[in-house]
Amino acid sequence: MEIIKLDHITKQYDDGFVALRDINLSIESGKFYSLLGPSGSGKTTILRIIAGFAEPSTGKVYFNGQDITGLDASKRHFNTVFQNYALFPHLNVYENVAFGLKLKRTPEATVREKVKDALHTVRLDGFANREISELSGGQQQRVAIARAIINEPKVLLLDECLSALDKRLRKEMQFELRAIQKKLGITFIFVTHDQEEALAMSDEIFVLNDGQIQQSGSPVAIYDEPVNDFVARFIGDSNILPGEMIKDFEVKFAGKNFECADAGITPGEKVEVVLRPEDLDITAPEKGKVTVQVLSQLFLGDHFEIKATGAGTEWLIHSTNGVKIGQEIGLFFDPEDIHVMRLGETEAEFDARLESYEGDGEGDDE
Amino acid sequence: MKQKHLSFLIPYLLWIILFVIAPLVLILGYSLTDAAGHFTLHNFVLFFSGGTFIKMMLNSFWYALLITFFCLLISYPAAMVLTKLKNQQFWLMLVILPTWINLLLKAYAFIGIFARNGMVNQFLHLFGIGPVPILFTDFAFIFVATYIEIPFMIMPVYNALKEIDPALIRASSDLGASFWQTFRYVIWPLSWPGVESGIQAIFIPSLSLFMLTRLIGGNRVITLGTAVEEYFLTTMNWNMGATIGVILIFLMTIVMILTSGKRHKKEIDL
Repeated sequence: MEIIKLDHITKQYDDGFVALRDINLSIESGKFYSLLGPSGSGKTTILRIIAGFAEPSTGKVYFNGQDITGLDASKRHFNTVFQNYALFPHLNVYENVAFGLKLKRTPEATVREKVKDALHTVRLDGFANREISELSGGQQQRVAIARAIINEPKVLLLDECLSALDKRLRKEMQFELRAIQKKLGITFIFVTHDQEEALAMSDEIFVLNDGQIQQSGSPVAIYDEPVNDFVARFIGDSNILPGEMIKDFEVKFAGKNFECADAGITPGEKVEVVLRPEDLDITAPEKGKVTVQVLSQLFLGDHFEIKATGAGTEWLIHSTNGVKIGQEIGLFFDPEDIHVMRLGETEAEFDARLESYEGDGEGDDE
Repeated sequence: MKQKHLSFLIPYLLWIILFVIAPLVLILGYSLTDAAGHFTLHNFVLFFSGGTFIKMMLNSFWYALLITFFCLLISYPAAMVLTKLKNQQFWLMLVILPTWINLLLKAYAFIGIFARNGMVNQFLHLFGIGPVPILFTDFAFIFVATYIEIPFMIMPVYNALKEIDPALIRASSDLGASFWQTFRYVIWPLSWPGVESGIQAIFIPSLSLFMLTRLIGGNRVITLGTAVEEYFLTTMNWNMGATIGVILIFLMTIVMILTSGKRHKKEIDL
C-alpha cells in the first residue's frame, strides 16, 4: 500500500542552487527504503521535505493520499533519527526517550511502560538513568532510535545515522536496524552515501545524483542491471568498456564478439558494457575469453584486488587467489555477467526494453 | 618545568592577595571591632535589631530583583532574535557599545532626558501633558539601571543560545512539540547557563548600586550600597560600613550558590 508519494518535487534555494529536479517517488508501507547518493545529490533534501523541515519549491507531498506539503513537521506521523543523533544533552536517556510522549501529556505509568519497551527494542535495558554524555556513539544511536519510535510513527526517517560509527559497529547496527524494522513493521527511509549499507539493508533503493533519481529497484536489480555508468560506478566496483551491439544477445567489446543476455538494442549502436570485477574468473591464458597481463595486486583480507591490462583496456578483477605480477592470465565470464547499457537511456526506457524481451517486467525480483 | 609555570602566576597572586584577599580580611576585621579597635559583635547586633537596616537590605534585594527581571525580560527575546540575524557581529557591536561609555556620563545624560525641562517632558508637552516628575523616582532609577545592565544579560544569553545545535530544535519539532513546548523543554533549559551568568552579572552589582541611587533616584532609593557609601565617606563610621559590606558579600554568596545549584534528577526504576 502506498503511504508516501512525492509528486514532481523540485527544490531551488534562494541562491539559485537547484537541489532537486522533478523527483517522483512512491513509498509503500512496511518496507525498508534507501536514498543513496554522493554528497550534494539531494538525498537529505528529500528526507527533509518528507519530514517537514524544508518545503519544496514546486510539487506535492502526499501521505495516505492526503496533501501534506505545507503541514508542520510536528503534525506529521513521521519521526526522524538525526545524523548526529540530536539527543537532548540536558536530559537523561529516560527523559530523551519519553520526550515525545510527555508532550502529549501521556499518563506517567504509560510513559514508563512504553519507554521500557522502546529501550528493550534497541537493547538498552537498564540504561534509563544514564546521562547522554556517558554513552558511547553506538548507544547514543540506539537512544535516538528509541526516541524516534516511541511515538509509533508510520514512517521512520533515518538521516545518515550510521556514518559516525566505526566499521564494526556500523555492520552490527545494520543488522539491528533491519531487525527493528521487521519487528515494528513500519516503513524506514534511510539516507546514506554508503552503497554497501544500502545494499545490505534495503528492500528498495533510490540512487540519486545531481538532484535526480537515477535508478530505483531492489539491491540485486540495481547491482546487476545498472541503468547508466553513474549507477554502475557508484554501486560496487565495475569495469565499464565501450562496445557496439552486433545483434540481439551479441555484443562486441575489447576487440571481440561475445554472447550476452541483452536485447532490444539497434544493431550497430554504440553501448557501454559493465563487467563486475568479481564476475571475472582467472584461468589459464588459453582458456580465457580475453588474455591480460597482471599490473598490480592488493590483498584486502577477504579477496585480492588485481589490476591487469589487455585487449586494449585496463581490468579490475576480484579473486580469492593471488596471482604473480607480470603474469599472463585468462579471464573467463558467462554471457549473464555481461551487462549492456545504452548511452543516455533513462530508467523508464530501460524497464520498457527489459519487458519487451523478458516478457514479464518482473525482472527485478529474481 | 612545573615550578617554572607556577612562577608565572606570581604577579596575579600578588594582585589577588593585595587587592582582594587583604581588603576582605580588613573589612571583616573592621566589622568585628568598634571605633577603638576592640572586638565586638555590636555592629551586627545593631544591623539586625534596628528595622532600618533590615528594611534597607530588603529594599536592595527588591530593586536588584526588579532590575534583573526587567533585564531578562528585554534581553532574552532580543538575544533570540540576534542569533537569527544576518550581520550578527554588527548588531552585537551596537549592544556592547554603550558599555564603553562612562557610567557617570550615561547617568548625567539621563538626568538631561528625564529632567523637568528634559526631552521626555518636552515631548509630553506637545500633547498638553506634564510636566511630569520623572527624575528622582523609583521608575527612573529602575529604568536607567536596567538600561545600563542590559548588555551584560544579552551577551551571555546570546552565547548560550548560539551554542544550541539547531538539530535539537528540529528534533523537538519532529517529536511533536509546538514552538512553546520546544522553548520550554529545550531552548530555555539549554540557555539556562547563559541566563545564570547574566543574573549573576546583574543581580549582584545591583545590590550595591549607589551612584545611580543618588543621581537618578535622588537619594529616595536607599540601598545597602548607599548606606556603605554614607558610613565610609560621610559619617566616617568605618566599622558599621564594613559590617554592611560583610553582609553584602554574604548575600552575594547566597545568590551565587542559589543560581548555580545543580538540580538533582530523580532516578526512574523501570
